[in-house]
Amino acid sequence: MNKSTDGQALFLKKMRQHRLAVRTARITVLILFLLLWELCANAGVIDSFIFSSPSRIALCFWEMVTDRSIFLHIGVTLYETIASFLLVTFSSILIAVLLWCSRIVSEILEPYLVVLNSLPKSALAPLLIVWLGATPVTIIVAGMSVAVFGSIMNLYTSFITVDREKIKLIYTLHGSRRHALFKVVLPSCIPVIISSMKVNIGLCLVGVVIGEFLAARSGLGYLIIYSSQVFKMDWLIMSIVLLCIMAMGLYAVIGAVEKLYQKRF
Amino acid sequence: MTPILELNHINYSYHTPDGETKALSNISFSLSQGEFAAVVGPSGCGKSTLLSLIDGLMQPESGTMTLNGEPLTENSSRIGYMLQHDHLFEWRTVYRNVLLGSEINGHITPEIRLRADELLRQYGLERFRNSRPSELSGGMRQRAALIRTLILNPDLLLLDEPFSALDYQTRLTVSDDIGQIIRRSGKTALLVTHDLSEAVSLADRVIVLTKRPASVAKIIPVAFSAEYDTPLRRRSAPEFKNYFNEIWKELNRDEQIN
Repeated sequence: MNKSTDGQALFLKKMRQHRLAVRTARITVLILFLLLWELCANAGVIDSFIFSSPSRIALCFWEMVTDRSIFLHIGVTLYETIASFLLVTFSSILIAVLLWCSRIVSEILEPYLVVLNSLPKSALAPLLIVWLGATPVTIIVAGMSVAVFGSIMNLYTSFITVDREKIKLIYTLHGSRRHALFKVVLPSCIPVIISSMKVNIGLCLVGVVIGEFLAARSGLGYLIIYSSQVFKMDWLIMSIVLLCIMAMGLYAVIGAVEKLYQKRF
Repeated sequence: MTPILELNHINYSYHTPDGETKALSNISFSLSQGEFAAVVGPSGCGKSTLLSLIDGLMQPESGTMTLNGEPLTENSSRIGYMLQHDHLFEWRTVYRNVLLGSEINGHITPEIRLRADELLRQYGLERFRNSRPSELSGGMRQRAALIRTLILNPDLLLLDEPFSALDYQTRLTVSDDIGQIIRRSGKTALLVTHDLSEAVSLADRVIVLTKRPASVAKIIPVAFSAEYDTPLRRRSAPEFKNYFNEIWKELNRDEQIN
């Protein structure tokens, strides 16, 4: 690796070219898609009242930026998603730890977790509205309900599959079960915790949007439902695009956390 | 001189839904201060079970064990245990891996830190103090694991096939290396192995176990003249072959009976 031979230089050059080609192609696909959409809408190939067009969406976005209403909707959805994500992360770690601590409790609860995890969570949303009212709390709980059960099961499985010999090591060093948890189980499961966070952030966003469909006066989910009812397709598609960007951004934040962790170790 | 470790009529069985498996049957032997003993036996005969019982990780069904004349009932901090794999934690530096035991036992005093640095220097690992375990060779990892055990200053060292995960060449040098470290420290050690030549090269006495349920078949004292005083040199001593054959015969006699 130290000696940079011609072969190595060629290899690196090829790798760079490959990466550049992929990146260029990605951007080209997007631009072509937008161009085609815009042209078809202008030429009347597609009905821009139903399919909207990139320029109409951009214009609509700009209008909402100038009257500041968009910030409220983005802010509400973002707040609800982050709140439910943080609650899911902490509560699922906590519950997985409790299950790990007591084998009998985990054996008893296992079928309930499986059922709750496979239940379509959107079915719960109307129930939550009746119980908790049409408030942000309902929406946060709806967001949590989508992610929390799977997250608990995922973490618990990784906790109990930690190398038994490593736990035995703790006992040979005269440690207790608490030491096994804090010195072996949790540190060795950090990569799993981060990867489950990556899944959770997406699921929480799904849950929050479902919640907003049913019980909100603001937020991107509300905007989508409202605009479909009044047939404002510009609003609707803009909201979807904003959700895409938000999902990407949130995922990238966790990706950055993961990179930071990997760099440390 | 009172033995440091004494086992009297130890019995142990494993229980599974399919039934009971008797692992150890009426095991008795003792170790005196500074002695290096090796336990050999057919694979799966319950050698590791024996160490887990001595370390208090499991309780015998009957029989008594004493350490320094006191009954050994629970996980004693005077016993150090080296497992088959080093199990150094990748999320800790070598230094913090070495301190794991002290961390668990409550306090890392300045003396412990000093001792850790001293041991790392002594065993040629000071350069790797802040490295991750993955940067160490197999032999160095095993040394780090030994330091992790020795830092707690145990009276008795239990070694559960600590070299079996290494490739053959590394294994010879590491067992030579670790063997000499333990000898110099004057610790009493009990090594479990399925490798007969390893047992002969390291031990003062070889305890041969029978097939499951294991009982003591024979205890063979091993002595070499002073010129063959290291594990590696022992292997080329003329007596080596004789000891090896004697143990081999003992293990195979067990085969014939069953």
